[in-house]
This record gives sequence, C-alpha cells and structure tokens, in this order.
Amino acid sequence: MKAPSFAYAKPRSLEEAFPLLERPGARILAGGQSLIPSLNMRLSTPQLLVDIGGLARLKDISHQPGGLRIGALVTHAEIERSLDVKINVPLLAEAAPHIAHPAIRNRGTLGGSLALADPAAEYPACALALNATLILQSRKAERRVSASSFFKGLFETDIRPGEILVGAEFPKVERSAFLELTRRHGDYAMVGLAGVADASGKRIVFFSVDSRPVLAKNASAAKSLEDARALLKKDLSPAADLYNTAATKLHLAGVLLSRAWNTLSKPH
Amino acid sequence: MEHALEATLTVNGTKVTRRIEPRMHLVDFLRDELGLTGSHIGCEHGVCGACTVRVNGEIVRGCLMLAVQADGCTVETIEGLSDSKELAALQKAFHEHNAFQCGFCTPAMLMAAQELVKQKRKFTREEIRVHISGNYCRCTGYQAIVDAIESVVGK
Repeated sequence: MKAPSFAYAKPRSLEEAFPLLERPGARILAGGQSLIPSLNMRLSTPQLLVDIGGLARLKDISHQPGGLRIGALVTHAEIERSLDVKINVPLLAEAAPHIAHPAIRNRGTLGGSLALADPAAEYPACALALNATLILQSRKAERRVSASSFFKGLFETDIRPGEILVGAEFPKVERSAFLELTRRHGDYAMVGLAGVADASGKRIVFFSVDSRPVLAKNASAAKSLEDARALLKKDLSPAADLYNTAATKLHLAGVLLSRAWNTLSKPH
Repeated sequence: MEHALEATLTVNGTKVTRRIEPRMHLVDFLRDELGLTGSHIGCEHGVCGACTVRVNGEIVRGCLMLAVQADGCTVETIEGLSDSKELAALQKAFHEHNAFQCGFCTPAMLMAAQELVKQKRKFTREEIRVHISGNYCRCTGYQAIVDAIESVVGK
C-alpha cells in the first residue's frame, strides 16, 4: 500500500528540531525501518515527519569512563562493524546481526529501536541487560534515564513530549551471550535472550516473551543452571502469540538459558 | 502535491531534480518518475527485498526510504550497475546456473549478492544463505541462486 499524505521537515540541528516536534501530529523519523512500513500499511498517520537523519551529532560512537556512548543515529550495520563496540560492549555486536537483513541494518538505528520499544526487538533487551543509560534531550534540558525504568510497556517508553532520544551509554561488560530462536533468519524472535555477567553477577534478560523485555532476576541470581531453570517460572509469565503458546515460550526460554549459562558462568 | 518538496539526487550517475511528495518512497520515485523499472515492488513493507537499491554505496530497502530522504544522495539501481558492468560476473553466473524462474526477485538478488563480491573474500553456502535471507524468491528457486552466487564468491 501507499503511505497517507504527510508533511516532511529535515532540521539541521537539534535546536531546529524541537519547535517542529511541537506541531500537531509531528513524529520523529530516524532510520525509518519500522516507521515507514507502518506508514505504508497506514497503521500510522502522522501529519508531519521530522527527519532527524541530518543531525551529525547523533552519529558518533565515543569512549567514556567505563564504557561507550553511542549516538541515536548509529546504524545496526555500524554497530555490527565497530571494533570499539566489539571490544567494549560485545553484547551489542552479537545482537546486531540478528536484526532483520543487511539492507535494513544499513538504515535502521539504535535510537529508533530503543525509542520504538518493540517487545521483540534486540536492543531494548540489550540495554536492559547492560542497564544502559538513555539520554533524552528536550529544548530545556537533558534527562538521563536508566534502561530499567525506560521501557514501560508495549511500544511504550519514558520519553516525554518534546524529548528526543539522542543516545545511550553502555557500560563496558566483556562477558555476554545473545541468543534468539527464529523460524527464519531475520524474523522476529519467538524467544530471545540477552545476558551479561561480571564480578557482581549475571543479568539475563528475555525478550519476545512479554510486552517489554524482562530481567530474569531470580534465574540470574541462581547458583546452578538447574536452579535457574526452575526459577525461570517466577521471572517470566509469557503471553502466547499467534504461533506459540505461553508454555512453549517458557520452555524455549529455558532452552536459551541452558545454552547461555556456561558462557555467563565462567570465572572472571 | 501541497507538501511537495524539491530534491536533487544523483541516480546512476545522472543528477535529477524533482518536486516530490514526502509520502512517495524511493522505488516509486525511481519507477514512476524516472522510468527505472528494474527495481521491483513486492510487499512494500520491507519483507521481500525486491526493491533493493543502493544509496550512498550501501544497499537499502527502496520501499523503506522516502524519496525526499535521498535528497543529496547517490542512488544506484540495477540499470546503472548493469551498464557499468559491475554486476557482469554475477549476471553471467545467474545465466549459467539458470538462477531465475520468473525473474522478479533477480535484480534485487544481484544487488544483494554484489555486497558479498565487494567484500573480496570467500563465503560458505551458509553465509550466502544468511546474507540473502532478506530477499525472497517466491518461485523458491533458492538452490540455483545460491549455486550461482557460490560460483562467484564461494569457498
């Protein structure tokens, strides 16, 4: 189908972007790899698309004490290729190739994925596992929100009107595991796992099991895989989707937990 | 056309300036405005890959990019890459392996496969399959397509 009619503006700076966002029916366009399909299917009907693709400041990956700051407009393909990401936040480098297909990874962005908060998406789960800090900029101020309070529900985040997600800070965590079960490469996961481990313990997050990524607190703290698998029932209450029952999803989550456990359990 | 905006793109080496409605995606623009009908429209929501074109040297889904977003960009299509002979080796391999049935997916398959050629290394069949997983052949002629690509970049 063809998208409905809308106006389009491409600000050259964040300062130019904020007043545009205050117009009725305005919506941010980043990489567009989720928004444009929803326009083509007429599931979204914005009056104005504010294309932030020209904001060069949002395209950097930079080092910071204890980790990396990644700009909202860094693409999945750039994350996949980045040596800095591979060394400092390998979880993201492992996750990127799972996102759709090469042509889509060339356009889709980190910020777009985090801001959309699709429950089946890879980066929100990674951000929660790493307890990343999301950086929101409004006309007046910058606001920093931890991933654990950013994802509110199905496609719902803590972003307030007038705010733009400009980037995220990820702590350096070398031990990680990223796994998905999909029927075909590039499909949304039936169940996915994003996990990290350091001296303070494991943080294992599941996605595609609920309306938002879920930190499996009990399983993460378990001493053995056997205990962890038993505790998973306390952490997850999966909802059935069109293809899988809740029981299947819980079972598959246990399968992924088993596959990831050894990697995340090696001594530090 | 109340919202139409002027945009200038370099398409297959030729600079074109047009007034474009924001809602028009890049492949409709290439096909309907410029008559470049080698890029196909299948699903129009990013699943089938038939609309694969290159923007600033990287393959993208032409249906998931607005034409106005390509303002100032370099766009290459199957027509341009055929004329420049960049795809000659793959095209020959597709012929030799009979790697098309209806041919609808072929331009995009070639555009996607050329990304492997550009990397100047060898790929396994599995890697080739993963790489073209975003390009659907609804005749399901994948075996011959993978054979053809493998004959150019295979291990």
